Amino acid sequence: MTDVTPSSQRPGHVIDQEVAQQAPARPARRPAWMSFAVYAGLAFVTLSLVAEVADAPALTGDGTWGAALRVGIPIALAGLGGLWAERAGVVNIGLEGMLVLGTWFGAYGGVEHGPWWGVVLGILGGAMGGLLHAVATVRFGVDHIVSGVAINLLGTGVARYLNIITFDERTGATQSPRISGNVGQLDVPFLAGGDLFGWRSPSLAGWLDRQDWPIVSDLGAVVYGLTNNITFDVLLGVLAFPLTWWLLWRTPFGLRLRSCGEDPVAAESLGVNVYRLKTIAVVVSGALAGLGGAILVLFASIYREGQTAGRGFIGLAAMIFGNWRPGGLAMGAGLFGFTDALQLRNEAAVHAMLLFVAALLAALGVRALVRSRLVPGAVMLAFAAGFLAWWLMTDEYPKQWVPFTPHITTLLVLAFASQRLRMPAADGVVYRRGEGR
Amino acid sequence: MLRRVALAVAAPLLAVAMALGVSSIVLIISDHQPLEIYESMWRFGTQLNSIISMINRAVPYYLAGLAVAIGFKMNLFNIGVEGQYYFAALVAAIIGAAFTLPSVLHVAVIILIAMLAGAFLAAIAGILKATRGVNEVISTIMLNNIVLGGFGAWLLTRARYDDGSGSLQIATKPLASSGRIPNLNRWLEALGFDVPAGSRLTGFVLVAIVVGVLYYVIIWRTRFGYDLRASGMNPWAARASGVDSKAMVVKAMLLSGAMAGLVGLSTLLVEEGRFKGDFQTGIGFTGIAVALVGRNHPVGVALGALLWGFMERSAQRLDLEGVPKEIVVIMQGTIVLSVVVAYEVVRRARAAQQQREVSAQVEDERVADTTLEVPA
Repeated sequence: MTDVTPSSQRPGHVIDQEVAQQAPARPARRPAWMSFAVYAGLAFVTLSLVAEVADAPALTGDGTWGAALRVGIPIALAGLGGLWAERAGVVNIGLEGMLVLGTWFGAYGGVEHGPWWGVVLGILGGAMGGLLHAVATVRFGVDHIVSGVAINLLGTGVARYLNIITFDERTGATQSPRISGNVGQLDVPFLAGGDLFGWRSPSLAGWLDRQDWPIVSDLGAVVYGLTNNITFDVLLGVLAFPLTWWLLWRTPFGLRLRSCGEDPVAAESLGVNVYRLKTIAVVVSGALAGLGGAILVLFASIYREGQTAGRGFIGLAAMIFGNWRPGGLAMGAGLFGFTDALQLRNEAAVHAMLLFVAALLAALGVRALVRSRLVPGAVMLAFAAGFLAWWLMTDEYPKQWVPFTPHITTLLVLAFASQRLRMPAADGVVYRRGEGR
Repeated sequence: MLRRVALAVAAPLLAVAMALGVSSIVLIISDHQPLEIYESMWRFGTQLNSIISMINRAVPYYLAGLAVAIGFKMNLFNIGVEGQYYFAALVAAIIGAAFTLPSVLHVAVIILIAMLAGAFLAAIAGILKATRGVNEVISTIMLNNIVLGGFGAWLLTRARYDDGSGSLQIATKPLASSGRIPNLNRWLEALGFDVPAGSRLTGFVLVAIVVGVLYYVIIWRTRFGYDLRASGMNPWAARASGVDSKAMVVKAMLLSGAMAGLVGLSTLLVEEGRFKGDFQTGIGFTGIAVALVGRNHPVGVALGALLWGFMERSAQRLDLEGVPKEIVVIMQGTIVLSVVVAYEVVRRARAAQQQREVSAQVEDERVADTTLEVPA
């Protein structure tokens, strides 16, 4: 509206004024990535300060962040699978089952033919689960939840059954032999000092880490943690994110696929083959979950029953948390991965997270107050005070509470932010060609 | 008319045939004779102690199935039955062991506590959905992970009771005998059955039957149930007719959670008398499958629960036949899918038949019209 005022003050510029009234110019909005970068930067500064104040260097240690990536990536890939399916309008609650298929087939390939075959077969195993889901939901019009539940059952059953007929004599019913060898790993050139065509590049992040500068060195440590010793399977998983973003949001194929999730009837009327696109989306969904499963077994070097431990469901939650977008989903999965890694490596640092949460809530509360959203602001400040008091009055966070802390966080975040979430309009709706709306 | 009846029974029969077909293929692939295996399962599964075991297994499945079905009736997916029953049984075990009351009253109070605890957990999801629009699938998954991923264990360690036996198993204080429900073996013997040693029919089956009847009455014979079903079938129409959809969400979740609270009580009140660290998990997820197979009808869910109980019991026989008993899980998954596919196929067949009937009728009328027109 600010643009309207000057032109309306000038007499004689009627046309100008009319045009301005017809299309009042909006105040220039920062692009989403810029505000994201600002928030992420602020959050990181807070984290770094907390690590200093609470004397918990593990919060910004390279080891923690490296572990967070490895632990979080199966969750992230399950979530990405969910994103593909739900963007095409198919709810995929069967991700857990596809993840399980990925773990077993990954282990089978890894044990019998080597780790790379584990990755390939894991992907194929998950894709088979996806194909079943696609056939059931897209071709036969089965309710998506029903089919997903059945696939979770089938995935567990098939994996167990196959494990018994393949490995029972060697290692028993519930686990596979160890996978020997690995897929190899790399340090990212320039950031973590990897090799580039035989030339050893300098490690910028590692150098920053060693400088002992406030905040900047912490950033170096985190970047170093995320870029050194990345196994190729994890790298593959990480690359799936920009690839998905590009495919779904920057190509005609992606537009068509997403249109199936928003309004399949309209899409069909424009010549989109809805059945085919939905099928592709769900098969890719399974393949991504399968890759997640394969990464899980390759990291552990062994398949164990129950290894997935509900990561498929957590991935689904991370996807909703991330508003059906790859970036948000990665953040959600990162939250789970980070907490897991922190607890694996340094339980004392978990206590320091209370201070971080307090600071974060205080910042959000002040922001809400400034924007005159008084009740949420007051609630958040009260919570912040509570977390601060908790941090001051205790010496450690109850150990048994650590594993489910990210889940409480997710609930809280959803409770405060869910109004901004929007799922694909025709998500979960069974579509039958020619039956109209 | 005959065709209609045929179509009605066609779906379940088709589903069973499909499930048997897939299982047979799996068996043949892994070098077994399907017919022999089925016969062996059937022979083992129909012995009296197997039937008792089947019913004991079916009771919690049934209650979990009904808890899920209440949600399904209004398009709410309470995937959190899993966490709700675990939490409810634990809370009921801790509080129930802290006092004694006259026998029937004590049991009733424990049941009430369990229902309240289950409803409490479900209410979190319901209120979040009604007031903040949080998807109930996600919130209940999170609540499951909170309860089973540590909070339950934390609560259990706090309430740990050392009975001096030196057992490493963490467990709560045992309930007083007034808080226990007896098994029904005396009734069975009075009916002339010769109950084998070690077999005990759970007394909680009576509670399950009562709950099943109540479920039917609430859903199909009350105003509340009508509103619930209406909200599930057509939320816009329901809202237009004055149903407060937000209140319905909370109420349905409360009811579903209360029902989920009953799931673990057969184990707690009849079998163990205390809550142990290895308390059975996974019944909530089984409940989803059972509710789907039973199509949310109390009788259907009962049949589904019994089928699941039967399959799990007779699976024990499979190991002796050299077949991994895990094939039962594959069969269960196949049944869930085939039930739905079968109903869809039959629905389409029925729609096609109706279309034919209508067009035939229209055709007849047209012919009749033209015959009338001829003399004119």
